[in-house]
Amino acid sequence: MKLIVSAAPHAHSGDSVRRNMLLVIAALMPAYAVSVAAFGWGAIITAAISIVACVGFEWLIAKFILKQTPTIGDCSAILTGLLLAFNLPCNLSWWIVVIGALVAIGVGKMTFGGLGQNPFNPALVGRVFLLISFPVQMTTWPRPLGFQTQYLDAITAATPLAHMKQIMKGDSLLIDQLPSLWDSFVGVIGGSLGEVCAIALLIGGLGLIATRVITWHIPVSILATMAIFAWLTTPTGMCGHEYVLYTLLTGGAILGAFFMATDYVTSPMTNCGKLIFGVCIGLIVMVIRTWGAYPEGMSFAILIMNACVPLLNKIRPKRFGESKK
Amino acid sequence: MNVIIISLIVLGVTGLVAAVLLYIIAQKFKVEEDPRIDQVQEVLPGANCGGCGFAGCRALSEACVKATSLEGLFCPVGGAETMAKVGDILGLAPVATEPKVAVVRCNGTCEARPRTSEYNGARSCQIMHNLYVGETACPFGCLGCGDCVAACNFGALSMDPETGLPVVDEEKCTSCGQCVKACPRNIIELRKKGPKSRRMVVMCVNKDKGAPARKACLNACIGCGKCQTVCAFDAITVENNLAYIDYNKCRLCRKCEDACPTHAIHAVHFPPRKPAEEQPVTETGKEAQA
Amino acid sequence: MNTFKIGGVHPQDNKRYSAHQQIVTCPLPEKAIIPLIQHIGAPAQPIVEKGEKVRVGQLIAKAGGFVSANIHAPFSGTITKIDTTVDAWGARVPAIFMDVEGDLWEEDIDRTTAVVRESQMEPKEIIDRITAAGIVGLGGACFPTHVKLLPPPGKKAEMLIINGVECEPYLTCDHQLMLEHGEEIIIGIQLLMRALGIKRAVIGIEKNKPDAIARMQALCSRILGVSVIPLNMKYPQGGEKQLIDACIGRQVPSGALPIEVGAVVDNVATVYAVYEAVQKRKPLISRVITITGKSVAKPGNYEVRFGTPLADVVALAGGIPEDTGKIIGGGPMMGRAMNSLDMPANKRVSGLLFLPEKESRRIEPENCIRCGKCVSACPMGLEPYLLSRQSELQMWDEMKQHSVMDCIECGCCQFTCPSHRPLLDYVRMGKAKVGGILRARAAAAKVAAEAAAAKNNQ
Repeated sequence: MKLIVSAAPHAHSGDSVRRNMLLVIAALMPAYAVSVAAFGWGAIITAAISIVACVGFEWLIAKFILKQTPTIGDCSAILTGLLLAFNLPCNLSWWIVVIGALVAIGVGKMTFGGLGQNPFNPALVGRVFLLISFPVQMTTWPRPLGFQTQYLDAITAATPLAHMKQIMKGDSLLIDQLPSLWDSFVGVIGGSLGEVCAIALLIGGLGLIATRVITWHIPVSILATMAIFAWLTTPTGMCGHEYVLYTLLTGGAILGAFFMATDYVTSPMTNCGKLIFGVCIGLIVMVIRTWGAYPEGMSFAILIMNACVPLLNKIRPKRFGESKK
Repeated sequence: MNVIIISLIVLGVTGLVAAVLLYIIAQKFKVEEDPRIDQVQEVLPGANCGGCGFAGCRALSEACVKATSLEGLFCPVGGAETMAKVGDILGLAPVATEPKVAVVRCNGTCEARPRTSEYNGARSCQIMHNLYVGETACPFGCLGCGDCVAACNFGALSMDPETGLPVVDEEKCTSCGQCVKACPRNIIELRKKGPKSRRMVVMCVNKDKGAPARKACLNACIGCGKCQTVCAFDAITVENNLAYIDYNKCRLCRKCEDACPTHAIHAVHFPPRKPAEEQPVTETGKEAQA
Repeated sequence: MNTFKIGGVHPQDNKRYSAHQQIVTCPLPEKAIIPLIQHIGAPAQPIVEKGEKVRVGQLIAKAGGFVSANIHAPFSGTITKIDTTVDAWGARVPAIFMDVEGDLWEEDIDRTTAVVRESQMEPKEIIDRITAAGIVGLGGACFPTHVKLLPPPGKKAEMLIINGVECEPYLTCDHQLMLEHGEEIIIGIQLLMRALGIKRAVIGIEKNKPDAIARMQALCSRILGVSVIPLNMKYPQGGEKQLIDACIGRQVPSGALPIEVGAVVDNVATVYAVYEAVQKRKPLISRVITITGKSVAKPGNYEVRFGTPLADVVALAGGIPEDTGKIIGGGPMMGRAMNSLDMPANKRVSGLLFLPEKESRRIEPENCIRCGKCVSACPMGLEPYLLSRQSELQMWDEMKQHSVMDCIECGCCQFTCPSHRPLLDYVRMGKAKVGGILRARAAAAKVAAEAAAAKNNQ
């Protein structure tokens, strides 16, 4: 009998890259279901194009340019495609989505050597590329009117964040135009495909923490920083807590905090690093939202902090037996 | 117009100031070095393989410039030619060194060495060696994970999938010795290349007694000493049940090859023998195996 | 509190196969091979000769140094030769070969099962008996016990910590020992406390063994200074440093021994051996081992004398299961996969685990996705992803800076890695390399210092 020999440990937790990716995808499903209900075919088609394009590009690049065995089996390309779609308006032309996918996978991921090597979150690289290249298309969002059967539904609506920007600049009349807090929490608000329902995202995000796919450090530190910042800069005409809640519930705050910033590859390794990472993201988001040219700054904030991750990884975890000085 | 002139002036002045600063700093922090170090480095191959025993080509250059004789300083990659050039630059006489080549002293092919277990860890000889005897019963032989192949900077080593052993491409081998260091079982040796690359090698490093060595591998040296008896030049020593041929004494008579019952002694790069001569040799080999 | 603070993982404990199986004594073999390296440190030196008749318990090999241990004859019979044998990993070790004849014991050994409670021995006498009996730590490391009982000058032991954690999945021998020989263990603890001159001892037991906790609590309720600490389950709680942290909340600094924080740690099996050696004059010639695995016919806990071929013990447990792919000496987290079963039982083997073939192979590694799970899992607060990469790139100095020598090789990093990377394989190799380099540097520094001293003297 030929025995198998290897060094200890001989047991494994059963965790795998694929499992983690699938769990994140599953956690995105509630929010996606709401999007489909709100936007109809647009949401389905945009996501489908994005996912197919991402997986396809990864396969092609791995096979013909890098000459590696394609690793699309780990489902990370599917997740990238889904996250990219979540950051797009659902009436975007198909070819723009494909370009976004090419940039996300081609530039954002495969140029660095594939999964695990990329310094920036691929979905955000694609999204920001599109935002800069196609500013008009990327910032006209269709009104969430319930399940629509037509794809290019061109009725656009200003998002609550755009209103907030105006309010911050002193236009307190617009306060009335904000959706009610309850609506922004459980209801459907305008915005990118994945941002419409805060509670659905929150359920998914908490699910990820419960299944230990992610730890609480990054989302909590991002959201807490944003809340404190908002509390301190509440514009006249609004209650502090109201403004804090609007800040957290609108735009990409929850999507970014739970799903984009926590991407394994582009976030720090240690808990201390994660907290610093989260706090900095929160600060940058609020700076962009308050003083920047864009109404939303989540993508930029995460990308900027992605660049700092190698530095944050220099922070050593606390060694066993290290004195507390 | 005014704007253009002002910007030109501002840029020009900034550039000038920076240039002056750079010059001053460069002068201030200049490191005085023997210019010959650069010259020597120029003629070295620049592979930084460490085969000379120094940290890289730069370190060897420094050592050469400091030295009063080139004794013990040798670039195995560039060989005598390079060392002659170095000698010219420094005005020192080059020391003649015989060309060497890496030799893998294990012939435990898949057929000769039955696999007794299946290794399922990281593909590294060093890790496997630290863990246990290896996939075969021979605690001295090649582990076959290719640490030497990975260590070679010149692409001179490759694994033969049929035998599971590394093969040296003698054209590419520069005898830098990286593979010798990488092999956890010290199988690879730098040996004299020999006239027309002909040489005699004991292709085994098994120090076990005959019976277990033979049990682990059909091609093992069993330390029987027949080669030692037959050698007329006193080139072969048998120590710890293992024969070793001193390449400086060996005269390539091939008597030991014929005497070895397990064919552990190999004659490399000799022209093929005439069939008439070869016949009896194979037969004795078969008898020994039976 | 109730567990250690940094890292750790929760593997499936799989103890149900052999838990609560009565300890079965293994019959005597016909021939026995007794290896002379059964501990950490120098090999023992044989003091018997070929053809000599020995009795059970007779000293046959003397400790080869301070960190070494005596070896006694586990059987009576004739020494046939003193030679080398190949262990289960293919390494050659010196060994004494003997033919077993009858079961004749040394006369001063008390072979009754009666519990001897009284002892008026002086600390020195206790330690001498432990030294003579060749007792080593039976938890896995096999560090000679008497060395631990003699703290270096300037250090004072304050607390004895007894390791009843058995955090390795599958293994149940310590659990069963506590259930069947709890009283003897308590006496052993008191002996060790007297030897060390300390007043406090705690027994750490994980909560997956409620019956052992109850039994030990009942036994030590009447004894001053001894108490049981039930611990939350987490691997590697049985690691010496982790156990001290879990039980008394003190962390042993990097590179230091437990005595630095005043603790001495011993395994329950070791304590039982101490009791037998001191109270019954029985040297360490046997131990309880667990034979287990999902397909083993009769998994259980077996008392074997050292030198019994492991194949005999396995036959008692129903033979090697047909689907076996891997045989592990010890548990699945830190045990060593064996090359063959041709090895005698010895002080080092705490169990045999038969893994079915489908659980024996590792999954192909993928790229590191930098998830940081290994960092969170590491009980020593190290960065395994970084260390393994540095080891692959042979960056030994950087590994040293990142505290590779603190690694306890528990395997949490590799256990938890979603990319199935062989993290510990590389870290372990790097640790061995760095250790070698450090020893070489220390030796070189010593030589240099001696040379300088010699120069000064001239």
